[in-house]
Amino acid sequence: MTTSSPLSARAEILQKIRIANAHAPDTAIAQSAWSDLPRDYKRTSTLAHNAVLDLLADRLHDYDAQVLRSALADLPRNIAAMLSARSIQRLVVPAGLPPEWLPPGFIFTPDDSLSSAELDRVDGVLTASTLAIAETGTVVLQNVPGQGRRALSLVPDYHLCLVQSADVVQTVPEAMARLQPTATLPTTFVSGPSATADIEMTRIKGVHGPRFLDVILIV
Amino acid sequence: MSEGPLDPTTAPTFPIAARAAMGDAQLRNNVRHATNVIQAKRARVVDEMPDWQALREAGKQIRQHTMRHLDIYLEQFEANCTRAGGVVHWARNAAEASRIVVDLVKQSGSDEVIKIKSMTTEEIQLNHALEAAGIHPYETDLAELIIQLGNDQPSHIVVPALHKNRQQIREIFQRTMHLPQLGDQPQDLADAARIFLREKFLRVKTGVSGANFLIAETGGVCIVESEGNGRMCLTLPETLITVAGIDKVLPRFQDLEVMLQLLPRSATGERMNPYNSLWTGVHANDGPRAFHVVLMDNARSEILADEESRQTLNCIRCGACQNACPVYRQTGGHAYGSVYAGPIGAILTPQLQQMQHAQSLPYASSLCGACYEVCPVKINIPEVLIHLRNQVVLQNTAGIAGLFDVEAAAMKAMAAIFRSERRFKAAQRLGRIAETPLVRRDQQGLGWISWLPGILGGWSQARDLQQMPQQTFRDWWEKRSNHDN
Ligand code: SF4
Repeated sequence: MTTSSPLSARAEILQKIRIANAHAPDTAIAQSAWSDLPRDYKRTSTLAHNAVLDLLADRLHDYDAQVLRSALADLPRNIAAMLSARSIQRLVVPAGLPPEWLPPGFIFTPDDSLSSAELDRVDGVLTASTLAIAETGTVVLQNVPGQGRRALSLVPDYHLCLVQSADVVQTVPEAMARLQPTATLPTTFVSGPSATADIEMTRIKGVHGPRFLDVILIV
Repeated sequence: MSEGPLDPTTAPTFPIAARAAMGDAQLRNNVRHATNVIQAKRARVVDEMPDWQALREAGKQIRQHTMRHLDIYLEQFEANCTRAGGVVHWARNAAEASRIVVDLVKQSGSDEVIKIKSMTTEEIQLNHALEAAGIHPYETDLAELIIQLGNDQPSHIVVPALHKNRQQIREIFQRTMHLPQLGDQPQDLADAARIFLREKFLRVKTGVSGANFLIAETGGVCIVESEGNGRMCLTLPETLITVAGIDKVLPRFQDLEVMLQLLPRSATGERMNPYNSLWTGVHANDGPRAFHVVLMDNARSEILADEESRQTLNCIRCGACQNACPVYRQTGGHAYGSVYAGPIGAILTPQLQQMQHAQSLPYASSLCGACYEVCPVKINIPEVLIHLRNQVVLQNTAGIAGLFDVEAAAMKAMAAIFRSERRFKAAQRLGRIAETPLVRRDQQGLGWISWLPGILGGWSQARDLQQMPQQTFRDWWEKRSNHDN
């Protein structure tokens, strides 16, 4: 240090870390050491794609989510069936969701910067998804057209999520590899409806997030 | 129930606190039930992973590597988070971190905050600092809410209220939420929390969180949770303040593929917890407009400097070691006098206190190794415990303190006795006389000692000692040889 002023917290902490590690920072060494880290765990799919889809449905059922398979052409009919079964009438939809997917007979409000209080007053939300992970029963949402901002899939009590079968992977590593290019987008992993086990370790559905989650697999 | 925040600088020693906890049958029942359930769930979802050991090894190596280059990764995180619109602050210790958070909340124009469960903010007693500054913190995690409303303290790092059963929780909610009719089904209690907190989520403009992982490569933050209260706090407020230990950083986004497999299965026995949130800085029209991260040291760099115990920093706070620990399962968390209880608390707490307090915690273990076996990042907790016991002894025998240390004096006396045959024989005779008032006979007529006076009391609290034999091997040998001659 050239001045006698006390070190900033930042400088002091970094200095203590360097002394503890007994070496100067070297990005090149860190990079090559990182590349050499062992990754002997499963990183690719071991199942045929159909089996991967079955596994996803299975894991989602475990979380009490309803799962329906639908051809693209039947999508509006199947969305209507899901919503009717849950008595959902008014939904918010993110910008960019293809309007031809939406069935008649329901009120779909586009998300035009609705306030949180307004989101709280709709019955549910319909979104697409970036991908799904079969082994963990997870759907991943990002802030892109058709999925929208994070609050949409959070405040309403019901979430109907559409998943393209090509976007379903078996393992977590495959999912992270696909997400890498868009890693800085707001991203939410959803594995079943909101839940807690804080009371005597009993899994209770629906604390603050949507209490009900359904998924339509577009095959 | 504990009074006041768990503070290792003022807490009673573990043996004393544990004795009180052992007397609370309800507490022990609740803790046993909860840890049994989580352990069974964990075992099921870990057993279905054929590559679990490879994941653990990768997890360990990633964390070890991160610590070795911690300066680089923190600077990378800072640069990338700043580029994405976040503001990074650095705090040397708890007081500095609390001061930064209090100032930021005031700047946000709010006198209340909604909080996500965070052991780091518990560690620095942030709620106290906020309240002292006239800011009301609302805990939003169900367990933290139970603890806040019940004026209680967390006893587990993942399930902080596991020491309370549903009747006890109902009683707290009935009283504090003014719901005399509230039922005691878990669903009733969760519904009550949902209604109680929803209005706060929609109204309060400032949120405070911890972090599970900071990603150096992107400047992003990851939080894993179950209830959705986390997502509420992360997305609805205008200002978000995240407090994270400097140990929470991960080199790259890809490293999450390991952590997001290890953590949920180890922590709650789920294949994946209901929600993981990932965000980077601020994002137009999605979430808070102002985002701050406080990177806090608070003795972590000192732990890093100790080659033998730095693995403590690899911890990802899954709580599996607590559930597996035969000591924690008997005493529950409060006896550890720290928000970090169980095996991880026994090694982390004294080190966070720079070995000045909580010195009894490294002894709060039978070194059975159950914690090491379940640890998803393979922290060798027994090894660190032994190292820390050494540290405690060294500290207590160094300088002036050593002259007054009873244990050190006793060891010196023992050495003197063992060196001389005459003194050894005298000591054995003396021992038989001295123990007489302590011996209780069992049905078989065997003598047992279950209470020892003074500093030996801690040892005998968990052990029964058999009475000294009336005749020693030496006596017997001498008499026998006399006969033979
Ligand atoms: S020490 Fe290991 S098992 Fe214990 S909380 Fe930390 S990561 Fe989990």
